[in-house]
Amino acid sequence: MTDTPVLEVSGLCVDYVLDRGDVRAVDDVSFTLNRGEFLGVVGESGCGKSTLLFAVAQLLSPPARVAEGSVKFQGTEMVGLTDEQLSAIRWRDMSVVMQSAMNALNPVKSIGAQFKDAMKAHGKPTREEIAGRSAEVLRMVGIDPVHLGSYPHQLSGGMRQRAMIAMAMLFTPDLVIMDEPTSALDVVAQRSLMVQIKELQVNYGFAVIFVTHDMSLISHFSDRLMVMYAGQVDELGATRAVFDRPLHPYTQGLLEAFPSIRGPKVPLKGIPGNPPDLARLPAGCRFHPRCPHAVDTCSQVAPELAAIDDALVRCLRRQDGSLPVEAGHAGHEGSLSR
Amino acid sequence: MAMPVSGIPTETSRATPIQVPAGRAFARVARAVRSNRKATTGTVLLVIFILIAVFPWVIARDSPTQDAYAPTLGLSSAHLLGTNHYGQDLFAQLVWGTRNVLIIAFVVGLATTGIAVLIGVAAAYLGGIWDNSLNVLTDVLLVIPLFPLLIIIAAYAHGGTTLVLIAAITLTSWSYTARQLRSQALTLRNRDFLEAARVRGERKLYIIVVEVIPTMTSLIVASFLTNALYAVLFASSLQFIGLGDPNTVSWGTTLYWAENNAALQTGEPLWAIAPGACIAVLGAAFALLNYAFDEIGNPALRPVRKPARRKA
Amino acid sequence: MRYALRRLGFFVLTLWVALTLNFLLPRLMPGNPALAMMAKFHQNGVTPQTLHTLEILFGVNSQQSLLSQYGGYLQHMLTGNLGVSLDEYPTPVTAVIGSAIWWTLGLVGVATVLAFILGTGLGIVSAWRRGSKLDSIVPPTFVITSAIPYFWVAMVLVLVFGLTLHWFPSQGGYYVTTDTPGLNWTFFQDVINHAFLPAVSLLITTIGTWILTMRNTMITTLAEDYVRMARAKGLPGRRIMFDYAARNAILPNLTGFAMSLGFVVSGAILIEYVFNYPGVGFMLLQAVSGEDYPLMQGLFLLITVAVLFAILVADILTALLDPRTRAAH
Repeated sequence: MTDTPVLEVSGLCVDYVLDRGDVRAVDDVSFTLNRGEFLGVVGESGCGKSTLLFAVAQLLSPPARVAEGSVKFQGTEMVGLTDEQLSAIRWRDMSVVMQSAMNALNPVKSIGAQFKDAMKAHGKPTREEIAGRSAEVLRMVGIDPVHLGSYPHQLSGGMRQRAMIAMAMLFTPDLVIMDEPTSALDVVAQRSLMVQIKELQVNYGFAVIFVTHDMSLISHFSDRLMVMYAGQVDELGATRAVFDRPLHPYTQGLLEAFPSIRGPKVPLKGIPGNPPDLARLPAGCRFHPRCPHAVDTCSQVAPELAAIDDALVRCLRRQDGSLPVEAGHAGHEGSLSR
Repeated sequence: MAMPVSGIPTETSRATPIQVPAGRAFARVARAVRSNRKATTGTVLLVIFILIAVFPWVIARDSPTQDAYAPTLGLSSAHLLGTNHYGQDLFAQLVWGTRNVLIIAFVVGLATTGIAVLIGVAAAYLGGIWDNSLNVLTDVLLVIPLFPLLIIIAAYAHGGTTLVLIAAITLTSWSYTARQLRSQALTLRNRDFLEAARVRGERKLYIIVVEVIPTMTSLIVASFLTNALYAVLFASSLQFIGLGDPNTVSWGTTLYWAENNAALQTGEPLWAIAPGACIAVLGAAFALLNYAFDEIGNPALRPVRKPARRKA
Repeated sequence: MRYALRRLGFFVLTLWVALTLNFLLPRLMPGNPALAMMAKFHQNGVTPQTLHTLEILFGVNSQQSLLSQYGGYLQHMLTGNLGVSLDEYPTPVTAVIGSAIWWTLGLVGVATVLAFILGTGLGIVSAWRRGSKLDSIVPPTFVITSAIPYFWVAMVLVLVFGLTLHWFPSQGGYYVTTDTPGLNWTFFQDVINHAFLPAVSLLITTIGTWILTMRNTMITTLAEDYVRMARAKGLPGRRIMFDYAARNAILPNLTGFAMSLGFVVSGAILIEYVFNYPGVGFMLLQAVSGEDYPLMQGLFLLITVAVLFAILVADILTALLDPRTRAAH
């Protein structure tokens, strides 16, 4: 059992190279992922979470590119490798699940053909091996293997997503990267898909990076939670801790926006304002224009990510103690079935 | 003749025009034209041709029709392109012919685009049976081979004057553009800003004229360019095969006379090649502008800047 | 199934429109061209049946109402009776066309297929290598070539390779004086020799559109999620390019290609004219100058039918290649 973390990201910066100048969509992100760990990445649209994901998987396309930083997968540096060099680890050790299976699956090829593609790209499996494994992964996600001959448009939304997850499981990789795979589904299908994913993860022991905007959904399944805002990591810690005692005002705002079913009725509060234009960032802390606790220094000094107890948070007032940490919100889901 | 550069009208092309007030839009376009090399080349060429058409006497001293000189003279400073079989100065013919060509290009371009806007937008907005019937009309005209049809029309008319050519070409070649415009109008129909106008209580016509059409400006301009290009190609082709009025001074008719006198074979190749070259250059100008507009309207098609390789 | 019926209905409608145009145009034009024809016929001498045919086709000397003329006309057309050629009297139009059609089919067919294959291939590769040197020269070059008039390219080729360098003949389909058509090797070689320059002209002028449209759709397709997914799976580049990107990119283009056949045909007419190539296009222009209206009409119908047929083929191909159309229709 090796102790090398599955993924080590340090100082990752992703730029969009545009005519009017480069825009930094991901700014200095660092985190480590251990074997079997489930990391949830949450944030509003445009905060850079999907870009981060693609950068980690080395799937960026122009005009996006990794400007700085390193991504080490099981000790090997991935930034700068070509597609050919990466193909050895791709899918075998690290696979990807995307948001919309309708868009992520080739519309003119059957599901089975797309599974076969992936398998033939890594080794020389026989026809029986291909057929056997394809049927096996489909059963893993609860789909009848007869659908191997179906085309993506012939499956229901939920089935398509499951088929995509099955495809990601073909080689039982060590890391599965998921970009909002449940966002396109209805609430019931979402929950059932999440349960399925968690089950697979527990059974096969792979690490997961799960990007979503739905904080309440992910909080039931993730080990750690990373909150992103305007391209930066604002808070990173154990899920339970982040939920019970959110340190960053942004995280607090996100939590307050989700009503609790069991707790007392609390007026819903959104976060006023909009996320900043990444080409025209506010001075100082990027969140300060929308922060209820902002003071003058917040508009002058850009905070760094610093540790408070077991979590990391990017907030001047938390770090200097001027904003005391209070108990979390009453009513948020207590113990959850795992 | 050439074929549509952008291929079939698709919903994705030019599907995301941004609503911008007309004045600012013009400034943006001007800036885009300056920064895009294709657009600049195309514009420069076009402007040169327009100037030649408006002030031909500045460039060419001779009359194009007077057969005042000795025939088949070679190139000289007196006759930049020599003289033809009839003793006419070839350069003068081309310079003066520019006028006819550009008139055809612009008139047909405008008229055809106008019809296409009318039909395309009407079909998209009226919907239902209007949409269906207009569509069928458009599609039928799209499929019927236009050039043979034009040949037949011109043949029955025993050769057409410029006016006949303009009318015939306009009436037959609006369908491709109409389809493109309808596609875009359809995607715009449910856009938020139109919804807002509807909620404000604006009448349909107002919405169409004041909100929708200005948003489609880039497509309309590109359509004008395409139609102007085809007008030039169709018209000069018809003149070339003798179905225009052979006595007009135009590039196509010069070609006709050249072909009639077997210019290529009898050692007067310039007579045939030069007018064709003019058509090619003008056509290239339109095509470049059109392509540049494609890129301006759809950023995904723009040239990709390869960033300098930096070691992390 | 319903889609197929609707398409067929559309084709029938278009054919009907073409037929009706053929019927109406000579009657609408000022100075009924039919009268000029009659004068010609009186020169040639004419059988009563042919006179009757002319009556039906053009309304010459007709005592009948427009509507019954129309009925008779349609009946004639649909039974394949396209009338008698005036210049090649008394050969029926169908026979005259028959002699020329193979020349055009060969020329246009081969040149178009080549242009399509080369053009699509170049478009795919150009899009795949976005930002490379290849991709920076391809679009502007072919944007320009696609705006060049067909006949000009033909003329330049005639001048340079035919008349100056004498590499290829610049006229005709074969050496009429020395060869007899037949299934012999000399004739075959001769035909290829004569067809080379016209084919190259057609190739040069039409390839631009194939390249550019394929490149554009390819670029859009390459931005799709399933292409990114294919990269994520570690698939080899070539497989992604063809199996994932090109196969999807080509679908919307197929019908568009077929529809631009109308333009290819137009170009073929002009090229045949410049080369005096004995195809259908050349014949059309000769019919025009000879005022052989029955032949002219027959050729117009033939060309329309050919384009419709090509579109039908493209539709079928699209349905075969795209599982979504099969399901939806």
